[in-house]
Amino acid sequence: MNDNKHNHNHSGKTLSRRSFLKALGLGTAAAAAPAIVSCATGDEKKGTTQEPPVGKMTYRENPKTHEKVSILGYGMMRLPATNGEPFGRDNDAEIDQEMVNKQIDYAIEHGVNYFDTSPAYSRGLSERATGIALSRHKRDEYFIATKLSNFAPETQTREASIEMFQNSLKELQVDYIDYLLLHSIGGGTGEEAMELFRQRYIYNGILDYLLEQREKGVIRNLGFSYHGEIAVFDYLLANHDKYHWDFVQIELNYLDWRHAKDFSEENTNAEYLYAELDKRAIPAVIMEPLLGGRLASLPTPLARKLLARDPERSPASWAFRYAGSFPRVLTVLSGMTYMEHLKENLCTYSPLEELTDEEKNFLYGIADEIVSYNTIPCNDCKYCMPCPYGIDIPGVLTHYNKCIAEGNLTRDRKDPDYARARKAFLVGYDRSVPRLRQADHCIGCGKCVEHCPQRIDIPKEMQRVNNYVEALKQGIDRGLEA
Amino acid sequence: MMVMVTLLFLDVSGVLHHYLAWTARIQFLPALLALNVVVIVALILLTLIFGRIYCSVICPLGIFQDIVSWIHGKRKKNRFTASPEKRWLRYGVLVLFVAAFIAGIHSLVALLAPYSSYGRMVTNLLLPVYQWGNNLLASIAERVDSYAFYGVDVWIKSLPTFLIALATFIIIVVLAWRGGRTYCNTICPVGTILAQLARFSWFKVYFDADKCKSCSLCTKNCKASCIDFKTHQVDYTRCVTCGNCLEKCNFGALHYGHPKAAIHPVKPNDERPVADNTRRAFLVGTAIVGADVALAQAAKKVDGGLAVIEDKKPYQRSTPLTPPGSVSARNFAQHCTACQLCVAKCPNGVLRPSTDPMRLMQPELSFERGACRPECVECSTVCPTGAIKPITVADKSSTMIGHAVWVKDNCVILSDGVNCGNCARHCPAGAIMMVPSNPQDDTSPMVPAVNSAMCIGCGTCEYVCPARPFSAIYVEGHEVHSQI
Repeated sequence: MNDNKHNHNHSGKTLSRRSFLKALGLGTAAAAAPAIVSCATGDEKKGTTQEPPVGKMTYRENPKTHEKVSILGYGMMRLPATNGEPFGRDNDAEIDQEMVNKQIDYAIEHGVNYFDTSPAYSRGLSERATGIALSRHKRDEYFIATKLSNFAPETQTREASIEMFQNSLKELQVDYIDYLLLHSIGGGTGEEAMELFRQRYIYNGILDYLLEQREKGVIRNLGFSYHGEIAVFDYLLANHDKYHWDFVQIELNYLDWRHAKDFSEENTNAEYLYAELDKRAIPAVIMEPLLGGRLASLPTPLARKLLARDPERSPASWAFRYAGSFPRVLTVLSGMTYMEHLKENLCTYSPLEELTDEEKNFLYGIADEIVSYNTIPCNDCKYCMPCPYGIDIPGVLTHYNKCIAEGNLTRDRKDPDYARARKAFLVGYDRSVPRLRQADHCIGCGKCVEHCPQRIDIPKEMQRVNNYVEALKQGIDRGLEA
Repeated sequence: MMVMVTLLFLDVSGVLHHYLAWTARIQFLPALLALNVVVIVALILLTLIFGRIYCSVICPLGIFQDIVSWIHGKRKKNRFTASPEKRWLRYGVLVLFVAAFIAGIHSLVALLAPYSSYGRMVTNLLLPVYQWGNNLLASIAERVDSYAFYGVDVWIKSLPTFLIALATFIIIVVLAWRGGRTYCNTICPVGTILAQLARFSWFKVYFDADKCKSCSLCTKNCKASCIDFKTHQVDYTRCVTCGNCLEKCNFGALHYGHPKAAIHPVKPNDERPVADNTRRAFLVGTAIVGADVALAQAAKKVDGGLAVIEDKKPYQRSTPLTPPGSVSARNFAQHCTACQLCVAKCPNGVLRPSTDPMRLMQPELSFERGACRPECVECSTVCPTGAIKPITVADKSSTMIGHAVWVKDNCVILSDGVNCGNCARHCPAGAIMMVPSNPQDDTSPMVPAVNSAMCIGCGTCEYVCPARPFSAIYVEGHEVHSQI
């Protein structure tokens, strides 16, 4: 798959994206090349370039405000940095504001009007960058979604949380927020999760404060984003009559539809989440439609199946069409770091061709196979970072996943491909993650675990990766098994 | 030969040394130290038959000087003059060398050994350039999704050694630029030893007095300054049988072969001292220590970013660690000529030259950048002197070069109140176990304890320990290596 993909693109931009792929193990490029080709506006025979069309974007109506929201929402979590990589990989690189501006301009020109950020994203700098870019446009051209991200205990006092909200208005250079979310409710396990929720929003009266702000029109739509403990999700929906949620943000994709539980018992399948929202006619905002790129860079045999079905549609475009094919979906968020990502997604959604039931079933078949590959469900959201002991957690996990996808994970020393796969894994490991930030330096303190929205047992996975690395380095069998 | 020796030092692929390690083993001093009888006898015979051809063909430092001298020769032709032998200096240095060797002043031995000087110059001055070039290729390879090149860390492993290498380089270049083989004939102890054999060599350069027109071209092109065209005499202790004089002579007056008439070497009496500046470098003696950056454990309010990792500082081990295969500190010190070949080959950043004056430039182990990995025996496969004897992976896993010591005050389990046990988890010998910090309370935090009977001193624990700048567990060396 990768050999093919890299033969397609040789422009400067592709290079920088390639280094991004190298670093993160995201494989959207695999998807990008064919998808851009499939974009219908240009005429290959005449030699015109392939550009997404203007004015063809699919919109969904917000039942409360009747405003039209573009089915493609711009996620501002994975911003580009000045070194050509996604921001946050390298402490010295800054957000490439010029590029952010350019991409937002392009998105708005092509009909995108929903922009999703948070005070926590991009080391706390995402709102400012988003504000700078959007303030150059008319306020009625875009909807802003941001969150009350009071995860740290010191931000959970009433004063600190209100200050966080007020600061969002300031950073975004607006006097009202279109969509405000209680950020990632459901952290913690069991009873602890409900208690954590109460600490963040109930005891300090912040939920009441936000409801007041909605009354005043400072918040136009109030909702929450959910990961983790289902009891909190159920509690909030059970109280829908009291709170009148205007929208809810959930993780939905063809893998999580029925397999979220396969990765962690504490996860909830998207099928349930969507059904709960549908029952109450609450619009759904979709996050992780690509699972941080994992559904774009599929293991080669699976990518082949998708491409064999339609050579002009990338694996990523299948995932986006899937997420958009549910009627209650208001918008599908995508963290588009590079212009190529943006263009490809614009092509997919201008307009959206919804999947048939048969096509959905085809994807569920793919999902069943993905599960057997034993990837680590890391979406590179970086919520776990920074690790106090300096480990590059997403760097390690995405490298491991990337090697699975590229067939560079060998389980048997007698495998004729062992030597090549071993070299690819080890050399690639040192390239993606500096030695002092690799899995062997994870001390297992477990501070990251509570931050992971995917409920990955990070210390355990670090040991699994390290055992594998040791097996390769020493040339022994122990540790090669999954 | 010089190219091969240089490649042996430079290679970052970890493959070439299988084919090139012999080029280091046939060097005179390493062979002598390794008691490599075959090589020693061969070299003695070679010199007895052909003269000091060793200095022109085998010694990389000699060839290096020829190149410098050749470059100057391109610009300025016929620049040499015959000069008398500097006897007191050559023999003085030889006496000093032998005395240092017997007295165990290994740093002085290492300083004077020609192959080692060359090795230091290559590892300290050329290797970094080569590695940067390699890293450039690696970054290109990375962009085109190739794993053909692999990036390596480039760092100054010891400042004194680096400065000595630099000083050696400057002195050698200046001497070679001005006077060709001045170094070989005034300082090099190997040159002086071989000179004694070359006196009696079967083949030598000699004049056919009948044909000689005393044009002086031979003298002016002799980089060893050992030909006197007026007296038709050649100083065989200094002649390195390069053949330049034969080539230059337009009248066929010079021959290389067995002279029919015995010719006696010149007895010079004019002496001119040459300063030995390298000693100055001894005075510079502080290790480079990485910048002290505090661990920025920023409160976790926002997502992303990487905590700054403070550089680790090496422990001052009361007994330095020598590589597995070196048998004992004494064997190692006696045999090592500090050529830095093992330092250049160590893929884990473990070996670096010592800064201790008595062992200056001889390698020792430290674990800030990596551990002495169980599957690696690179240093033992390249060492030409027998300082590190060949060892198998299996032998290495049971060779105790040191033992780990837990430093309670540094341990994050107690200072940060976190679970750790990373040392125990990674110990390849299974020598570290986690025990309650309070023996009376099984629920107290678990801390590491070292079962030193099992510990081989590989340093994995020290490397993966999160405590900084000093690890909470470190390895103390053993004077004599033993088997578990």
